[in-house]
Amino acid sequence: MNVALSNNKADSVVIKKKKKTFFSEIKQNFYLYLLVFPGVLFFVIFKYLPMVGIIVAFQDFNIMKGLFKSKFVGLKNFEYFFTSKDWLVVTWNTVYLNLLFLFTGLFFSILIALVLSEISSKYFKKVTQSVVILPNFISWTLVSMFVFALLSTDVGFINSVLKTLGIIQEGQEINFYSNPALWTGILVVLKIWKTAGFGSVIYLAAIAGIDQEIYEAAKIDGASRMQCITKITLPQLRTTAVLMTLFGIGNIFDGDLGMIYAIVGDNPNLYETTDVIDTYVFRMLRQMNDFSMTTAIGLYQALVGFVIVYITNYFAKKYDSDSAIF
Amino acid sequence: MKTSLENKAIDLFSYLFMAIFSIFCIVPFILLISSSLSDEKAVQATGFVLFPKEFSLFAYKVIFQDNAIFNAYKTTIIFTVLGTVLCLILTSAMAYALSVKTFTHRNKIAFFVYFTMLFNGGLIPSYLLIAKYLGLRDNILVYILPVLINPFNMFLLRNFFKQIPDSLAESAKIDGANDIYILYKIILPLAKPALATIGLFYGLGFWNEWFTATLYIDNKDLYSLQYLIMKVLREVDFMNQMNEMQGVMANYVVPTNTARMATAVVTVGPIIFVYPFIQKYFVKGLVVGAVKG
Repeated sequence: MNVALSNNKADSVVIKKKKKTFFSEIKQNFYLYLLVFPGVLFFVIFKYLPMVGIIVAFQDFNIMKGLFKSKFVGLKNFEYFFTSKDWLVVTWNTVYLNLLFLFTGLFFSILIALVLSEISSKYFKKVTQSVVILPNFISWTLVSMFVFALLSTDVGFINSVLKTLGIIQEGQEINFYSNPALWTGILVVLKIWKTAGFGSVIYLAAIAGIDQEIYEAAKIDGASRMQCITKITLPQLRTTAVLMTLFGIGNIFDGDLGMIYAIVGDNPNLYETTDVIDTYVFRMLRQMNDFSMTTAIGLYQALVGFVIVYITNYFAKKYDSDSAIF
Repeated sequence: MKTSLENKAIDLFSYLFMAIFSIFCIVPFILLISSSLSDEKAVQATGFVLFPKEFSLFAYKVIFQDNAIFNAYKTTIIFTVLGTVLCLILTSAMAYALSVKTFTHRNKIAFFVYFTMLFNGGLIPSYLLIAKYLGLRDNILVYILPVLINPFNMFLLRNFFKQIPDSLAESAKIDGANDIYILYKIILPLAKPALATIGLFYGLGFWNEWFTATLYIDNKDLYSLQYLIMKVLREVDFMNQMNEMQGVMANYVVPTNTARMATAVVTVGPIIFVYPFIQKYFVKGLVVGAVKG
């Protein structure tokens, strides 16, 4: 009896030293697997299964035949896209608009945070901060309603103000919706309107984290208020700003479909300056029903995006090891 | 002398800048509300206004004649509440498992999730999956199922859980509690601020949803509120359909412009009302996220 027991013990020691078997592992962490299972299932179905669907990009996809019976055409879809002039336009617009959004957003977010931290009236600070953050919670569809109220040619607020001020006459109204040159600026302003206030929160947090003793020491040395801002506060915000920039650059290939489609919609007059990869793909899907080509464009975007995110994340990690998400 | 002048200049700039930026942020809202309360003919004559012109509630009467708004409200509230609850349950379950240090494969699973942030199949494959293979077209679940776990929120919550001392879970384990019990009875009550923040992120995401409806919803009763706004703004026919209920009367002006604004006001209302209560959570939660990175 004793011998048998000790034998068992020896066995279990051996088993522990060996690689754990699949079942013993499941048994040991059973409840953790139970907790993680629905999540894993979700990612498999809604994130990984669509990756299988990428083969559509190499097919002449026919929805009746389905994913596995459609004809294989190799790189023809890519060829078609890259030989059209569209790909340069949408790629340029995507990157250019995102860069503009990124840097104007950075500028205004930091400015708002700096200014707020200089305001001594608590009440004024609280009210204005609440007001500038509010637009962040509004949907882009609602913003498109604002845009209509402001820019519409016949009943728009801006045209009626210009008329009241006598700057333009009846019949000289600015036709915003057919003038693509104006829209880069309009989109940038809208983006600032919606996100700059909320973006400032992160910098306010960084400012709140600065050691007060640094300011006190500077004051004793005779530093003025402006010097405190430029020599202490701004340099202290650099890490946050660099990281936000890197994350922003990581997403530079993702056009803001939610924003641009909601505001511009299917207005061909404005494609020249507002059409980004995402809106282009979305339109191709709905208007042409061309699944293969749109998947090919999506794949082009995903691959380039992947490389960019990977690189920027590498730099973010190098710059500040705590900041990378993973 | 110089410093006091500088002080004044900085103060002046700060107050002025915030005042102007605040006005810039609030004007569109005022424009929307005032216009919705104006008479259609007045708006047609002078354009949208900052103060109600010839005060009229007619636009609201017209939009409430039709069921569209009520249906959209119902649909949106259902998928927002159900979706947020489901998202929080699944996200916290996964985040907790991945925060437990003794969990053997947690890094592999975390990478499995992280990878989806780097690379995705794109719009069309997801569309084919959801519409053709899962058959979720015109099903209210299509608003919820494809967005159950946001990887970013999941990692945010995992990082928060990681900060909670292990000793709490360990002592409960010695008392014979299993991981699910530990999560719901010990960890989640400690993580309320983080849960509130993430819940609000999810909740607002659902409330502001319109893109899903564009792709998958044809049934009018299942429109989301934001999609309804799109329809009202873009499709004049849609507005006229709503107006037909009004019948044909002499002198009747179709209140297209004011009704559009009224629809927008009606959908934005709840956000404005809950905003003062949720704002501080957002700011706090973001600060937690920012510090964690």
